[in-house]
Amino acid sequence: MTTPLAGYLLVAALLFAIGIAGALVRRNAILVLIGIELMLNAANLNLIAFWRYGPHPELLTGMMFAIFSIAVAAAEAAVGLGLVISIHRHTNTTDLDKMNRMKG
Amino acid sequence: MNALFYLLAAITIGGGLASVLLKHLVHCALATTVAFAGLALLFLQLDAQFAGFAQILVYIGAVAILIVFAILLTRGADLPKDGVFSRTWFVGLVIAAGIFAVLAWAVLESVRALPQHNAVPAVTVRDIGNALVGRYVLPLEIVALLLTAATIGAVIVAMHEKERPKP
Repeated sequence: MTTPLAGYLLVAALLFAIGIAGALVRRNAILVLIGIELMLNAANLNLIAFWRYGPHPELLTGMMFAIFSIAVAAAEAAVGLGLVISIHRHTNTTDLDKMNRMKG
Repeated sequence: MNALFYLLAAITIGGGLASVLLKHLVHCALATTVAFAGLALLFLQLDAQFAGFAQILVYIGAVAILIVFAILLTRGADLPKDGVFSRTWFVGLVIAAGIFAVLAWAVLESVRALPQHNAVPAVTVRDIGNALVGRYVLPLEIVALLLTAATIGAVIVAMHEKERPKP
């Protein structure tokens, strides 16, 4: 590993791949949301790493992007889990393979 | 690149892998919390104290608890009879491996062009606050609006519906 930044970027890439695998492979809707959260976190790690090793950290660009991204991720988690609970109430399942009709 | 970085990276990746692979949903939620904590420590390692503590507050304090609540409310703690992986799991695995291969190739090919300013950035929380109410005040207001709308929307979506009279 020649630069420290490359190490952080590789960790973020691996975490992103794990997140997308979780979102695509699992049956449960909550696990899909967990995968999406992991992907968002991997993107945040990229932003912070570029902020730390970039030429102008005092401008705070990457840091601000990461903070806003954390806030948006919190909103997304609340709405996503609300939708999962609502779907569970209608169809009595959180199995995505069984959610194959639009009628509630 | 020191031993601490490898330890934190191992915690984060291990937590992420466990949260995707474990069978019980509650165990998955706990493993996700471990991954979030590892990421917060990586942020601290990158001298981003504010982002690290925001990560601990928002993810470990709120999102992890929310996930556990959702699991218990949907009775997800029982094991499903027909396996935890979807029918098309192989396609998903191939897509994820392909994405990781492309990202890792891009990073390793551009190692020489990556910036490496090793000086520790002298940024305090006061600077972050000044930037938030100065240059970034419009995004801050939009995020406040978004959070309000998302909270109200989540409550309305998850609210118990009254029985409608049948037509």
